[in-house]
Amino acid sequence: MPNPTAIEQLEAALTAVDEIATADADRLTQLRTELLGRKAGVVTKVLRSLQGLPAAERRSVGARANEIKTAIEAALDQREAALTAAVDQARERDRSMPGRPSWRGAVHPITAVVDEICDIFRELGFTRVVGPEAETEAYNFTKLNIALDHPAADMQDTFYLSPGIVLRAHTSPMQARTLERFKPPVRIVVPGQVYRRDAWDPSHAPVFEQIEGLVVDEGVSFVDFKAAIDFFVRRFFGEDTKTRFRPSFFPFTEPSAEVDAQCHICRGAGCSTCKYTGYLEIMGAGMVHPAVLDNCGIDSELYTGYAFGMGPHRIAMLRYGIPDIRLLFENDMRFLNQFLE
Amino acid sequence: MNVSINWLSAMLGRSIDPRDAANRLAMLCVPVDSVEPLFEELNDVVVATVESVKRHPDADRLTVCQVNDGSTTIEVVCGAPNVTAGKKYPYAAVGSVLPGGLTLTARKIRGIVSNGMLLSEREMQLGTDHTGIMELATDAAPGTKLVDALRLADTRLELDVTANRPDLLGHKGVARELGASLGVPAKLEPIPDAPPEGPPPVTSNGPAKVGGIEVAIEDVEGCPRYMAAVIRGVKVAPSPTWLQARLRSVGARPINNVVDATNYILFELNQPLHAFDLAKIRDARIVVRAARAGEHMTTLDGEKREFQAGMTLICDGKGATAIGGVMGGGESEVSDETTDILLECAYFDPKRIRATRKALKLTTDASYRFERGTDFMAMPDVMRRAVALIRAVAGGDEPEPAVDVYPKPAKSRTVFLRPDRVAHVLGISVASDVAQQLLTSVGFVVAPKQNRLAVQVPGWRPDVTREVDLIEEVARLHGYDQFPTELRPYRPSSVPDDPVEPLKARARRVLTGLGLHEARSVSLVGAGEAQAQGIVNPMSLEEAYLRESLLPGLVRSAQRNWSVRERDIRLFEIGVVFHESGAGRQPDETLRLAGVLSGAGTPPHWSAAGKSQDYDEWDLKYIFGEAVRVCGAEGEIVEDDAGWLLRDAAGNTRGWARELRADQPAWAAPLYGFELDIVVGRQRGMRYEPVPSTPPVERDLALVLPPGVEAGDVESVIVSAASELLETATVFDEYRTSDLLGRSVAWRLVFRARDRTLKDREVDKIVSRVLKLLKDKLGVERRQA
Repeated sequence: MPNPTAIEQLEAALTAVDEIATADADRLTQLRTELLGRKAGVVTKVLRSLQGLPAAERRSVGARANEIKTAIEAALDQREAALTAAVDQARERDRSMPGRPSWRGAVHPITAVVDEICDIFRELGFTRVVGPEAETEAYNFTKLNIALDHPAADMQDTFYLSPGIVLRAHTSPMQARTLERFKPPVRIVVPGQVYRRDAWDPSHAPVFEQIEGLVVDEGVSFVDFKAAIDFFVRRFFGEDTKTRFRPSFFPFTEPSAEVDAQCHICRGAGCSTCKYTGYLEIMGAGMVHPAVLDNCGIDSELYTGYAFGMGPHRIAMLRYGIPDIRLLFENDMRFLNQFLE
Repeated sequence: MNVSINWLSAMLGRSIDPRDAANRLAMLCVPVDSVEPLFEELNDVVVATVESVKRHPDADRLTVCQVNDGSTTIEVVCGAPNVTAGKKYPYAAVGSVLPGGLTLTARKIRGIVSNGMLLSEREMQLGTDHTGIMELATDAAPGTKLVDALRLADTRLELDVTANRPDLLGHKGVARELGASLGVPAKLEPIPDAPPEGPPPVTSNGPAKVGGIEVAIEDVEGCPRYMAAVIRGVKVAPSPTWLQARLRSVGARPINNVVDATNYILFELNQPLHAFDLAKIRDARIVVRAARAGEHMTTLDGEKREFQAGMTLICDGKGATAIGGVMGGGESEVSDETTDILLECAYFDPKRIRATRKALKLTTDASYRFERGTDFMAMPDVMRRAVALIRAVAGGDEPEPAVDVYPKPAKSRTVFLRPDRVAHVLGISVASDVAQQLLTSVGFVVAPKQNRLAVQVPGWRPDVTREVDLIEEVARLHGYDQFPTELRPYRPSSVPDDPVEPLKARARRVLTGLGLHEARSVSLVGAGEAQAQGIVNPMSLEEAYLRESLLPGLVRSAQRNWSVRERDIRLFEIGVVFHESGAGRQPDETLRLAGVLSGAGTPPHWSAAGKSQDYDEWDLKYIFGEAVRVCGAEGEIVEDDAGWLLRDAAGNTRGWARELRADQPAWAAPLYGFELDIVVGRQRGMRYEPVPSTPPVERDLALVLPPGVEAGDVESVIVSAASELLETATVFDEYRTSDLLGRSVAWRLVFRARDRTLKDREVDKIVSRVLKLLKDKLGVERRQA
C-alpha cells in the first residue's frame, strides 16, 4: 500500500517553491533547513520513511519523491544564486569603499621650512652652503668681532668641547669661513644646527636649526639689505605682509636690526600668537661690521654687505601653530603624519 | 632694566603715554619687553588713622582698634604688635580685593567682628615685612588712596638693554633718547628739600685727603678714577615717600635713606655709588689696590669671598673693605647706628670687573653696569648731586669738597664721519647738516671739519669708537623705517652650492618615497664610547656627549612611539655624528643616514581583511640597498651574521642593516635598522640608453641548491655563464620540500638581442651552457618535475 501521508506531505512541501522564489536571504536559509535539513527537514524525513516500504512501491513513490526533492533544491539554489548575484553586484558597484593606500613619507617640518626659506633666497641669487657644527673660538667669536672679555660674548651661553673648541652657538662662523675662501661677490645662505646652553622648555632647546645669510660686494647698502629681507618676508608670509626693522645690537653687524614680520594670524591687529603686538620677531640682522671683513682679509672700505640669522624652529612653530618646540624632536608618527604633502 | 614712566615724565617735563613711549623707544634704541601698570591691585587700599587701641577681651595678642577711614569710624580687630593710636596705616574695607585676589569679608575674631583689615607690607606685596602693619609717615588725610599717598601709581617699562648701550641702564639715558624722539631735552628732576650742590670735587693725580681720610689708588689700571666725599652727622632712617616710590617703581626695595639715595643715583644716572660707615674705616685710609691671592673678606650678603690676582679691592688701613665695583663688605656697611659716611664714586675697568664677577660668580647691579662701562666724565656732577641728595634725605653737615683721585686724566674721544660714507653704507644720502642735527640730539658734539664731521663722543657712549658706529646712530635716529625697500641689481654669487645639500635632498625624496618619515633627533646624548666627544659644560648628564651614531636616537623615537601605542614606525634621519680627535681640535664630523622600520609594511585595507604583512628583513635589505644606491659609499653589500654590511673599496665598513634589539612591548613588531655614511661625489649622473625595440625571450630555471650553496653564488655563475644576451636574472620563487635534499630556488631569465628577434634555439644553447657550468661549479641541477 502506498503511503498517502508521505506523498501528501511531499506534495505539500513542493508548494514552498513559490515562497522560495521571493524569499530573502534569512528566510531562504530557514526554508532550506525546514525542507532539506539532514535531521528534521520535511523532505529528508519523508525520504527516510520510504526505506520501510516494499521494493516496487518504494520505486514508484521514490521516483516522485526525488523529483520533488530535486525541484525544491533547484528552487533553493536558483534563489540563492539570484540573491548572491545581487550582493556581488552591490560589491562591485560600491564605489564608496576605501581605495588601497600605500605608506608615504614626509620630510620633517623643519626641513620643509629650511628648504622653503633657502629657495626664496635663491630667487635673489643666494647659493647654499654648510659648515661644521663644532667650531673654534676664533670662528665662533673673535673673527666675528665678539670679544670674549666683553658682555656681548654672553648673548649666547656656549657649550665647550675642549679648550678653544665649542659647539657653534650660531651659523655665523660660516661668514668668516666663506669670506676667507671666496672673493666677493658673496651671496650665501647657510642652514645648520646650532647649540646653546638653554634648558628645555616649550620655546627653548639646547640644539636647534638656524639659517645664516651673507651678502658682501661693492656698493651693498642698508637699502639693499632692507629690500632683500622685505622680499623674503612677503614671499614667505604673504605678499601684503609688512616688515618692521628695529635697532638692535650684534657685534658682527652695524647698523644692526631686529626684524619683525606682521603677524600672519591677526594681520597686525593683535592676538595671542604675537602677544598683542601685531608683529612677530623673525630674525636678527644688519650690515656686516667692517671689523669682520677686516678679520677675513677683505677691504672694508671697498666692500660692504649685510647678514642675517633666523630660526626655522621658531618660524615652523609660528607657521604651523606648534605650541611646544619639543614636539619637533620627539618623532612621534602621529605628529609627522600631519606634514605629508 | 625697569624704567618708570613717572620718572621719565619728571625728566622730560611733560606727561608721557606709556604705549607711545614704548613704541618710540623700540623703534629708536631698545626693545621693550613689557608695559606694566603698577600697583593697580592696591586701588582699594586707603590711608586710615587708628584713633584708639584696646586689648581684645578674649585674646592677649589681639587688639580692637577704632579706625577712621576718612568718612566713618570702624571697628577692626588687629593682630599686629606695632599698632599705635594716633598713627596712620593702610586700611582695606570689607569688600576690598587684596593683591593675590583675596576678597575681604566682615569676620568675627574671638567674638568681635572685624570690619576690614590694617595691612602689612607683605600683604600688599610692597615688601617682605610681616612683623607688623605698615606705618605710614604721610600728611595725606584719612581716606586718601594709598597709591596716591605713596605716589605708587605708575607704569613700568621693562627694557631689554643690549650690551652696547650702558647709558640705557639709567633713566637719564632713556629720557635722553625719548626726548630726542619727542623734541624735548631731558633734565634731572629737582630733589625736594635739597641743599644747594657743593663745589666740584678737587682733582688730584696722587693721594688726597678728605674729611681726615687719605684716599689713594695703587691699581690704576683696575680703577683709573676714584672720588670720595665724607658726610658727617647723617641720621639713618626710612627714606621719604617720593624716594621710596621711585625705587619701588623700578622694583627695588627701599632699605634706608643713605642706601636708597645711592640706589636712586644708580637708577637715575647709571653710576653705582657705595656708602661706607666712616667709623668702620680703620687707620683713616682708603687704598684702591690689586688683590693678593688668598686674601678674603665677608661681603654684605654674608658670603665669605676669596680673592685672586686681577681683582681690585677697596682697603682701609687694615685690609679689604669692599670688592671694587662689585660688592661692599659686611663690616663697613651703613647701619642704623651710622652717623658719618664716606661716599665712593668710582670708575672700574669693564674687563677687570667682568673677570672678577665671573671668577666670584657674583653679578650685582653695580658689576653689571661697570662691566658695560660707566660714564667717567660725568662723575664730578654725579658726586655733587649724590651728596646733595644724601643731605636732603638723611641730613648731615656741609661737607668738604670731595676728592677726585685721577692719576691719568683721559680726554674725550673724537670720531670722524664722512657724509659720503654714510650714503655708501646706508644707500641714501643724508645731508651733512641733517646728520649733525641727528647726532647732536642725543648728546654728540659735532663740528664740521673740511669734508668731514668731527664728532666728540659723550662719556656715556663707550660703544662709539669708529665711523660705522656713528653711521648706525644716523641710521637709527633717521629711522630704519624711513629707508626704502627697493631691490637693486646684484652680481651672482662667487660661492658654488655645497654638493651635500642636493644629495641630502635626493636621499629625502627616495626615503619618503619608500614611505619613511624624516625624523630629527637631539644630537646630545647621555653616554659615549671611547671615541665619543664629551661636553665640558653640559646642561645634564643625559646630554653630556655628542652622538656617535644616529640609530640610538631613532630607537629612542621608536620607543616613544610604542609608549603612545603606535605600532607602525617608519623613520629616517640625516645628521652629523662626531668622534673625538684630541683636545683643542674640532671633532671629526661625519654625515650619516639612518632609518628604522617596525610594524605593518603597508597600510591595512579591507580587501585583505584588515591584515597586512609586517616589515621583515627583506624590506630592510631593499631599503638599505636603495639608501646605499642614493648616497652610500662605493662598495658592496655583504652578508654578516646579523644582517648586511656595506664595505667600501678599501674594505672599510661604511654602513650596516640588521634587526635591532630594543626594549619593546609584547605587541610590537620586530624593529629593523640601518645606518650608513653619506658620501658626496660618487653618484653618477643618469644616462639614457635606447629603449629596446625587439621582443624578450623568457626562461624559468627552477634549481636545486645543495646545502652550503647560496643564491648569490648561483646568480654570479648564471651571469658569468650567460652571454650579454641575458638582460636580467630575477629570483621569483623559493621553497623547500621534504623529499628534496636542498631547496629549490627559481630564476626568471630574460634574454634579448638589441638588433634582432632571438630564436629559441639560441636561448636554449645558452641555458644548457649555464646549467652545465652550474653543475660543474656548484653541483646545482635543475629540479626534476
